[in-house]
Amino acid sequence: MTVPRSDSPLPAVPSGSPASAASSGAPGADPYTADEMMTVAAARRLRGGSCFVGIGLPSVAANLARRTHAPDLVLIYESGTIGAKPERPPLSIGDGELAETADAVVSVPEIFNYWLQPGRIGVGFLGAAQIDRFANINTTVIGTYDDPKVRLPGAGGAPEIAASCREVTVIVRQSPRTFVERVDFVTSVGFGSGPGDRERLGLRGSGPRTVITDLGVLEPDPVTCELVLTHLHPGVTVDRVRAATGWDLAVAADLRETEPPGPRELAALRALTGRQG
Amino acid sequence: MATVVPLAEAVGNLVRDGDSVALEGFTHLIPYAAGHEIIRQGRRDLVLIRMTPDLIYDQLIGMGCARRLVFSWGGNPGVGSLHRFRDAVQNHWPAPLEIEEHSHAGIANAYVAGASGLPFAVLRGYRGTDLPSRTPNIKPITCPFTGEELTAVPAINPDVAIVHAQRADRHGNVQLWGITGVQKEAVLAARRSLVTVEEIVEELQPRPGAVVLPEWAITHVSEAPGGSHPSYSAGYSVRDNGFYRAWDGIARDRDTFLAWMDENVLTRKAGR
Repeated sequence: MTVPRSDSPLPAVPSGSPASAASSGAPGADPYTADEMMTVAAARRLRGGSCFVGIGLPSVAANLARRTHAPDLVLIYESGTIGAKPERPPLSIGDGELAETADAVVSVPEIFNYWLQPGRIGVGFLGAAQIDRFANINTTVIGTYDDPKVRLPGAGGAPEIAASCREVTVIVRQSPRTFVERVDFVTSVGFGSGPGDRERLGLRGSGPRTVITDLGVLEPDPVTCELVLTHLHPGVTVDRVRAATGWDLAVAADLRETEPPGPRELAALRALTGRQG
Repeated sequence: MATVVPLAEAVGNLVRDGDSVALEGFTHLIPYAAGHEIIRQGRRDLVLIRMTPDLIYDQLIGMGCARRLVFSWGGNPGVGSLHRFRDAVQNHWPAPLEIEEHSHAGIANAYVAGASGLPFAVLRGYRGTDLPSRTPNIKPITCPFTGEELTAVPAINPDVAIVHAQRADRHGNVQLWGITGVQKEAVLAARRSLVTVEEIVEELQPRPGAVVLPEWAITHVSEAPGGSHPSYSAGYSVRDNGFYRAWDGIARDRDTFLAWMDENVLTRKAGR
């Protein structure tokens, strides 16, 4: 299922730059950005049930899902708001609108102990500063812990979200700095060092099922647990994804192309983010 | 027995150099006015405890009040970094800062243990992460009934807990609602406590979903209207997201930060 690695790294395209919509085949289709493709692709993965939402990209995608194909999706934020229905994606996980629109507001110990820890929540939706071959996530430091190049915010709710949600979706822009062979610090466990590690550690959720980037979609190989490229977003090549990956990225035999964002998806997304089409 | 006293007096009575101090409030009801009073009183060598340090600990750290920080997420929510926190960790400015970091679940449970009079809390957490390798305060523990390996964290019992709430009555009974975070646990875990409130009312009307902290569980109550800004107090104010965005520019540069603190904190008197 692996194709040889390209030896000629291609220049990374900055996120937010226009993505080609040419392959959509729809004449006059709206141009969209790589970030919009990523957010739409992430939103589509949320079908219903409950979702523990991280702030930033995950929150925009989860709110988009609720506004489009998954109106009954229960959004849970670590501030203790269960079933929040914000009009706009909140800036923080504790904006007033989350509490005002929630089905229930519970304390922080309760959200982690009664709701997350026993495995009641379907999807954990996380971002990452670094992610590795086995989908382990770093949001703590770049460089060494004692003398970091960049001190990042840290763990927050992520380690237990990654451990205890029934499955995890990660949304992160893809670059060689972000997609690394080994994360500098394991803040949240994906598949550890490979098959069997989650079971050995007693992590009861099934771990990351999907990693959605601005270039495509990666999923863990069912046998090796290694992330494999399974979807390319329209206009993106395998070589470009491999050049944006810090390990020898495997590519699925049945590599597919992501459906480009539809007009309804784009309109709903832009209504959320306030971006003009 | 709570006594209702002015904020400067409450902070002066309760917070001493070297104390462990928890200012809690999860995005909502963050006790900014009390934090600013600690800065004005020039406290030093504090062990600051807080799940999300937020801008208030960025300010305390940048003003040199802290020796150590115990936390679980040190960013400016939705905006980016806490630049004063980063500068202290990366460049030891204005002073070296020891850090002990946890996950949210870990700190929340440590407060619960503290409030419960237990020496430690147990949770399904941290397993497989690098966090336990950085502190002696995260350790594996075996369930005596099933043999399952879980994680323990020691109780947090701060010298002082400080929270902000919507209302208190004249006796010092406190009522708070909306996102209630870990404030109840922090107050009940602490040796001494201060609750700042938006207003003091004649009588607390019962309110569904509100947390009530009875006056006999609190040391001091101080009236501090607007005392959670730029955080917010549901029913009284909304989160000043514009200020959270603006802080990124203010805090990025040491001199700009110091000038802002001088103008907006040091030369201003505490409210009533």
